[in-house]
Amino acid sequence: MSKVHSPLYALTRSRFLEFVRQPEALFWVFGFPIIMSLVLGFAFRDRPPEAIPIGVAGESRSSQLLDALQHSSRVKPERFASIEEGNAALRMGRIALLVEDQHPLVYHYDPTRPDSRIARLEVDDVVQKASGRTDPAPVQDVQVHEKGSRYIDFLLPGLLGLNLLSTGLWGIGFSIVDARMKKTLKLMTATPMRKSEYLLSHMLSRFSLVVLETGVILLFGVLAFGVPVRGSIGLLVLLAFGGGFTFAGLGLLCAARTQTLEGANGVMNLVAIPMWLVSGTFFSADRFPDALQPVIRALPLTALNNALRAVMLEGRGAAAIAGALLVLAVWAAASFGVALKIFRWQ
Amino acid sequence: MEAAAVRTPQPAIACRGLVKRFADVVAVDGLDLTVSPGECFGLLGPNGAGKTTTIEILEGLTKPDAGEVTILGRHWGTHERELRARLGISLQETRFHDRLTVFETLDLFRSLYPSGRDPELLLSDMSLTEKRNARVGKLSGGQRQRLAVACALAGDPEILFLDEPTTGLDPQSRRELWDLIEGYRAAGRTVLLTTHYMEEAERLCDRVAVVDHGKIIAQGTPSELVARLNAPYIVEFASDPALTPESIRALPGVTDCRQRDSRWFVSVASLVEAVPALLARLDREKAKLLTLSTHQATLEDVFISLTGRELRDE
Repeated sequence: MSKVHSPLYALTRSRFLEFVRQPEALFWVFGFPIIMSLVLGFAFRDRPPEAIPIGVAGESRSSQLLDALQHSSRVKPERFASIEEGNAALRMGRIALLVEDQHPLVYHYDPTRPDSRIARLEVDDVVQKASGRTDPAPVQDVQVHEKGSRYIDFLLPGLLGLNLLSTGLWGIGFSIVDARMKKTLKLMTATPMRKSEYLLSHMLSRFSLVVLETGVILLFGVLAFGVPVRGSIGLLVLLAFGGGFTFAGLGLLCAARTQTLEGANGVMNLVAIPMWLVSGTFFSADRFPDALQPVIRALPLTALNNALRAVMLEGRGAAAIAGALLVLAVWAAASFGVALKIFRWQ
Repeated sequence: MEAAAVRTPQPAIACRGLVKRFADVVAVDGLDLTVSPGECFGLLGPNGAGKTTTIEILEGLTKPDAGEVTILGRHWGTHERELRARLGISLQETRFHDRLTVFETLDLFRSLYPSGRDPELLLSDMSLTEKRNARVGKLSGGQRQRLAVACALAGDPEILFLDEPTTGLDPQSRRELWDLIEGYRAAGRTVLLTTHYMEEAERLCDRVAVVDHGKIIAQGTPSELVARLNAPYIVEFASDPALTPESIRALPGVTDCRQRDSRWFVSVASLVEAVPALLARLDREKAKLLTLSTHQATLEDVFISLTGRELRDE
């Protein structure tokens, strides 16, 4: 006699097996976020500050000025045969500043261009020092290249949140609509199975994958880009579960009444795309108008993204993410409750 | 069957005055039915007759617009969970998850019932042991249907509902499934099935109800229904030139005749009267007899005599 499992365990296990036996689903869960972070991480990787292109023209009395400018790493001088040529390059934006080499020196530049104004300061600094200026106040530079403030550091927690949203919606939505179309859903309701157990099994089967997918993406970010994890791993796991559960609930809700895969896809896009845009995945949600902020902050992806960043980048503790967990819990409870009420089993 | 009804006063399945409308179509139109415990009862009728709607109302999956259903003395509204645990249901054209194995699927269904049969034993009963670890997506139609019946039996049900269990199967798979259903019945359990195969109803069912346009137009044992025809025999013949319907109807004991292709199918009360008369008639009309055969009337003939239409196998 083989062991008889509890319905909830058996349903959850079946969901899990169905999912992991789909190679394409595994790609979207694991491969896609990694490719996305690779592409975006390289596109926005850190580069040393670039030297500003400037021009030098006019009758040179000596090579002293050009030598001094060439030794500066902050500007990249180019010699022009005439003032006219130099001015043309300036107008085209090829150089930020033209130095007319005469006495006194003349700086040609457009003060509305920020790089031109910086070039003016840099060039003048070089010229004055080369002419023997001594600065009365001693200063020291400390250059900051801190990890945790780069774009990839901002992006990776957002990608984690986004991935939890996508796999929750599509992973569950498609599976339910497929079961409805094949009538297995109807057949299940012809057994003594509790309907809530069926829906709960979908949410629980997501749990087993949530840890895996979050772990893989996080590990990739740490190894490939050195993204910092300053807060506790335990809180990250808690957030991953919270997000996974909430978005699974939204997936249930999206699939509660839809009869076709196309219909479900449409509903899920309708839910997901606004959150992709406003919830601070690719850029900060603070950029949206103040009037929209209460709505944006109430969205589950915003709460999750902000909490993931607070833990990973700022090393904040449980108190800082309690609000986000509450937002997620409310969404999860509401989605599950409404889904169970309006769910179409046949 | 009457003896069984007396022995157990409470019917396994009973319904009265069932009505179900879909938009402007009346699928079930005032249907009454009683199935006794231990009986195999067949709902027989063409596609669209209302068989599936009827069985799904009895299964508690569809709510009727009117009428009352009693299963094992219980009502769906008050005892749904208890009934679910005591019934086994196989729907028409269910597809299981392709990526689960046969055993995983059956094991899942078993776990949904509070008590039931060992999946390993069920697999061997259903001749599926060889396919135990095969993905459901790789099964043949017959194997898939056997798995569906196995899942319906997972909770060791008192009543088994089968909606067109053998539709689309090859004759070999169909016979295998019949054996399985007979095996289940041998343990004294009740079966309600729908079919549009006459052969299936005659082989499996103690009683059948002929359903047409959402109503039962006749019911009884298969032999009763056939006997109720005034003409229990069919004479099938072709001649050159063909006889006219009038001349065929004029033969003694003929109740009905119909033509398919070039053959005539004549319902007669007595072969010994009708066949010599037919031969004499052909002789008189100088018609040459091309084929001649006779058989006992079947449920197919019952259906045709009741509705004037043929059941379609497709």
